[in-house]
Formats: sequence, structure tokens, C-alpha cells
Amino acid sequence: MKKLVAIVLTLALAMSFAIPAMAADTIKIGVIGPLTGGAAIYGNAVANAAKIAADEINALGGMQLEIDAQDDEHDPEKSINAYNTTLDSGSLVIVGCVTSGPCAAVASQAYEDRIFMLTPSASSVDVIADKDNVYQVCFTDPAQGAASADYIAGKGLAKKVAVIYNNGDVYSTGIYQTFEAKAAEVGLEIVAVSTFTDDTTDFSVQVTEAKNAGAELVFLPIYYTPASMILTQAAAVDFKPIFFGVDGLDGILTMEGFDASLAEGVLLLTPFSADAKDEKTQNFVKKYTELYNDIPNQFAADAYDAVYAVYEAMIAGGVTADMSPEEVCEIMIEQMQQLTIDGLTGTMTWAATGEVSKTPTAVKIENGVYVGME
Amino acid sequence: MMQFLSYLCNGISLGSVYAIIALGYTMVYGIAKMLNFAHGDVIMIGAYIAFCAMQYWGLPPIISVIAAMAVCTALGVTIERLAYKPLRKATSLAVLITAIGMSYLLQNIALLVWGANPKSFPSVVKLGSVSLAGGQLIISGAAIVTIVACIVIMVALTLFTSKTKMGKAMRVVSEDKGAAELMGINVNFTISITFAIGSALAAIAGVLLCSAYPTLQPTTGSMPGIKAFTAAVFGGIGSIPGAMVGGILLGVIEILGKAYVSTELGDAFVFAVLIVVLLVKPAGLLGKTVHEKV
Repeated sequence: MKKLVAIVLTLALAMSFAIPAMAADTIKIGVIGPLTGGAAIYGNAVANAAKIAADEINALGGMQLEIDAQDDEHDPEKSINAYNTTLDSGSLVIVGCVTSGPCAAVASQAYEDRIFMLTPSASSVDVIADKDNVYQVCFTDPAQGAASADYIAGKGLAKKVAVIYNNGDVYSTGIYQTFEAKAAEVGLEIVAVSTFTDDTTDFSVQVTEAKNAGAELVFLPIYYTPASMILTQAAAVDFKPIFFGVDGLDGILTMEGFDASLAEGVLLLTPFSADAKDEKTQNFVKKYTELYNDIPNQFAADAYDAVYAVYEAMIAGGVTADMSPEEVCEIMIEQMQQLTIDGLTGTMTWAATGEVSKTPTAVKIENGVYVGME
Repeated sequence: MMQFLSYLCNGISLGSVYAIIALGYTMVYGIAKMLNFAHGDVIMIGAYIAFCAMQYWGLPPIISVIAAMAVCTALGVTIERLAYKPLRKATSLAVLITAIGMSYLLQNIALLVWGANPKSFPSVVKLGSVSLAGGQLIISGAAIVTIVACIVIMVALTLFTSKTKMGKAMRVVSEDKGAAELMGINVNFTISITFAIGSALAAIAGVLLCSAYPTLQPTTGSMPGIKAFTAAVFGGIGSIPGAMVGGILLGVIEILGKAYVSTELGDAFVFAVLIVVLLVKPAGLLGKTVHEKV
């Protein structure tokens, strides 16, 4: 018995040396996001797309990347654990986190530890505020709120607008505040504003308020789970305004059991639509569909671009696998500000604050698929 | 005015769901003298079964509801047999903690089986909405079906407990277990039947709940479960009409509170009601005050 234990232990010891030795010239990238839980659609999209990007890059020869996807269940504490796990396993940079709340927590820690972070989709300002080493691929929330108001007024979609937002969520309140400010500027009349909290399932009051205020358009700066209930409850009382959402609404069509006819005509602000005709998008959509049997959403596109941005910055800065994460961090900060990436979500450049600059576009849901609004 | 009526209808509809869930709490409490905190999670399982039946097996809604009722009945009786029966002579605290444990067990089983991604529940109610007063007041089909179902269940249960032999046995067991046993009533069987009825009601409540508020995830049952418990206490725990009155009042209070005070404080109103009731009338609206004999 003792002998057996000794053999097993020796083997284990040998293995623990063997694995890092094998991966010595591969650069590991930690991806953190909700792979399970209520926001799992986002996390899995990001992890899947990051793997596609890494495979493409690896196929070029040259620098080899490995994606280490860690689950944070959209929970700040678990996200910090995921961050520690991936760093312990040898990741040099972080592509993540996927959702804003956990990302803000991890970003603060990464700022202290001097680890470079590029989040595909965490759009809160808190994520990048006062941190020189955290960058975003997506718009910040304020940019989304202001861009939505601009878009609605610019296209003449409606004059009277109601807003239903989650008062317990930074993401939702952040977008609402800039939407409100911009709406006043561009001449949109906000006729009703109602709020809800995370546990809310009954939206009858919010829907009735918007309806009685005579809203032509309801702005939903929220995630898709509550949005699906708002759409159902609005349909139940024959309330048919234009519903306008932001990136949180992305994923509503992939919700199991969801009646896509409820989302007919819903508009959402997103930098990516899977039906775009350019070759890059079509290639990506084809690969993603083959591998994961699903149409990629905006989060997937953001993650794909994020991995490419990290790759380009690493090549430009001459990053190698034997550098420490702290060294890599300083190189990446320098390179990101000079980088221009022509990605799936547009042509992107970055400011020193970590904020991205690209043009907003919107898609419309028609017959259960996204159709680009030009 | 129309707006008020529309809120009132929504409140009654929400309250009817609470009332059906509260009936399950109140019956089990009345007879087994225990708080079955796993009741909310039986609702969630019922909703999942109905979801699977409709979505994966393509069964018609009515058959799906019956399948959910059958599974929940079996589940309720099994839970009672495995977890609560061995504790019949134990302290009420031990039973309460077992019930909470059972609640977590069911949630985690659901997490394993169906995953954590929320599912969108297809409504079993195919009825269109009713438009009154020239379109100013619109009541959804789901709301109407919920209210009607609640009334039917309430009447059926009242008839069952007052007219049938089994129902009478239940009332006797609830008054005095020892005496009932001496009179030749099979107490264990009576308690099992109570759990079976309560759980079948839970399946109906689950389907109605998810038809009106169509997101289904493993924690779907917990908040309505707790609110229905509040409703049962509000109406007087152990009393069937009490559960009905408590549930509907609570739903109306929640919706009107949301509409006229603050949309974020809906849940706070519900639990404020619980505190006030416990302070002012601990036996609840229709509950009987039992004097302890010393």
C-alpha cells in the first residue's frame, strides 16, 4: 500500500513539472466570465469566441496563445477567485471580465497587482476609472445611453419615450443617466421613468405606467431576462410601442423557450450583427456556428476582437512567454494607445483612459433574427 | 380610475397565485403542524416539468399540467416519507431546519438537471386578453385564468374538507392527532394525502406563476414561496379561506404599493404586512386564537 502511494505521489510530482515545461513557449490568456448562472450566455459566448481567435492566431505559426476560461457566475467574489486561479496557472494577461459588477472588482485588484486587463464587454465606467492598465473593447455605459438617445432622435423613431431600468444595477443606472441627459439635449420627451430591482418578476405596474403616459418608444437599458418578461407582460395588455435596448438585450433570442414573435421589431444598439456581409464577419459566424452550433452575439464579437487586440499589442511590444505578468502589463499599456484594430465590431482606437472609440450601429429583430439598420 | 382598476386586476391576479401557493402551506401546517419551506421549490419543479413536457416532448398544455401535478404529488409524498415522517416526534425546530435543507436540495437538483440559464416559459393560457371600457382597461388572459383557477380550487378544497370522509379525517387530525388515532383514523396516511394535495396545488401554482411571469430558473419558487407563506400567516395559518383572503390582499397590497409609492419597495410592503400582522393579530385575519391550557 505504501509503495503504491509513493508511486502515485512520484507520478504526481513528475506531472506537475511536466505540464509547465510543455507549455513554456505558449502565452496563456485568462478569460473570466459567467460560464454558468443567469448571465451564462454572455460568458460562454466570450469564452468560445476567444478560443476561435486564439486558434486562428496559433494557425499562423509564430506566437502561440492558450485560453484559460474561468467561471465567475456573475459574482464579484467568485470573479476574484477566478482571477487568482488563472494567474496562479500562469496567465500573463486577462481578457475579461465579461459583466460589469465582477469586472469592477477584479479591475481594482488587477490595478494593485499590475496585471493588464482588456474587457470585451464590461461596459461600466467603474471598470476603467482611475486605472491605467484596464481597457475596454465595448462602449462604456454612458456612451451607450447617449448614443441611444442620439440614434432615436436622429432617426426620428419617436418623440415620447418611457424608460424602465434596474435601479439596483450599475450597468442599468449608468446608461439611464446619460440617456436622460442626452435626451433633453436632442429634444426627446421622457414621459415615464420606472424602476425595478433584481428579484422583480411582476412588471405590470411599470408597463402600465409607460402605456398610460402614451410612450411611443420604451427604452430598456437592462439585461435580457427582465426584458423578456417586460415584452411578455406588455403583449398581454396590448401595449405595442417600439422597444429599444442596448447590448444587455443581446441574447434574448437564444433564451430557451422564448417566443421570438414577442421580440419582433425590437431595436438594439450593438456594434455587431451576425448578418453583416463583410468577409471577416461571415468567416467568424461560419466558424462559430460550426463549432458551437449557435449564432454568435455581440459579446462573442467583442471577445474575438479583444484577443486580436491583445495579440497585436503583444507582437508590437515583443512580449514573450518568459516575461512576468507585471512586465507584460507595462508593455501592453504603452502599445494599446498606439494600436488601431480593424475588428468585427468596427475600427477601434483606445484613449489612455482605457475607453474605446468606434461608431455605434443598431440592429432590428425581424422574424427572429437581427437585421442590420445600416 | 381605469388605471386604478387595472392595477387592482393585476393585484388580484398576482394575489391568486400567492393564494394557491398559500393553500399548500396552510393545509400542511394545519394538519402536520409544520412549516414546509420546501413548498416554494416544489412549485419550481412543477413548472420545470410542465416546461419540459411542452417544450421537449411536445405535449399539449393540459396534459403538461397534469404531468406536472403527477410528478409533484409523487415528489411531495416522497419528501414527506423520507424527510419529515422520521421527525414526527422531534422538536418543531428540527423539522423546520429539515424543510429548509430540503428546499436547498431541490434547488440544487434543479440546477444540476436543468442548468442555471433562465428559461422562458411558454404560456399555457392561449386565451387572448379582454378589453373593457373601450380599450382603457385590458385584462390579460393569464390573469383571468389564474383568478378563476384560484376560486375553483378554493371551493373544491372547502367542499373536500367539509363533505368527504377523507376531508373530515384531515380536520380531526388537525385538531387532535392522538384522539384521531384512537378513533381509528390512519394519521400517517392522512398526512400523506395532505402533502399530495398540497404538492399537486403547487404544480398548478407553478404553471400559473410562470405563465404570468415567464422566467423559469432554479430559484423561481423561493420568493413567491416566502410571500405565500406571508399570505398564509396574514390570513391565519391553518385556515383555508384565510389563505385565500391573505393571498389576494397581499397581491393587491404589493401591486398598489408599487404603483402609488415606489416600484422598488414592492417586496418591502409584503414583509411589512407580515410584521404588522404578527404584532397586532398574531393569529391572522381568519385564524383561531388557541388558548394554551396550563
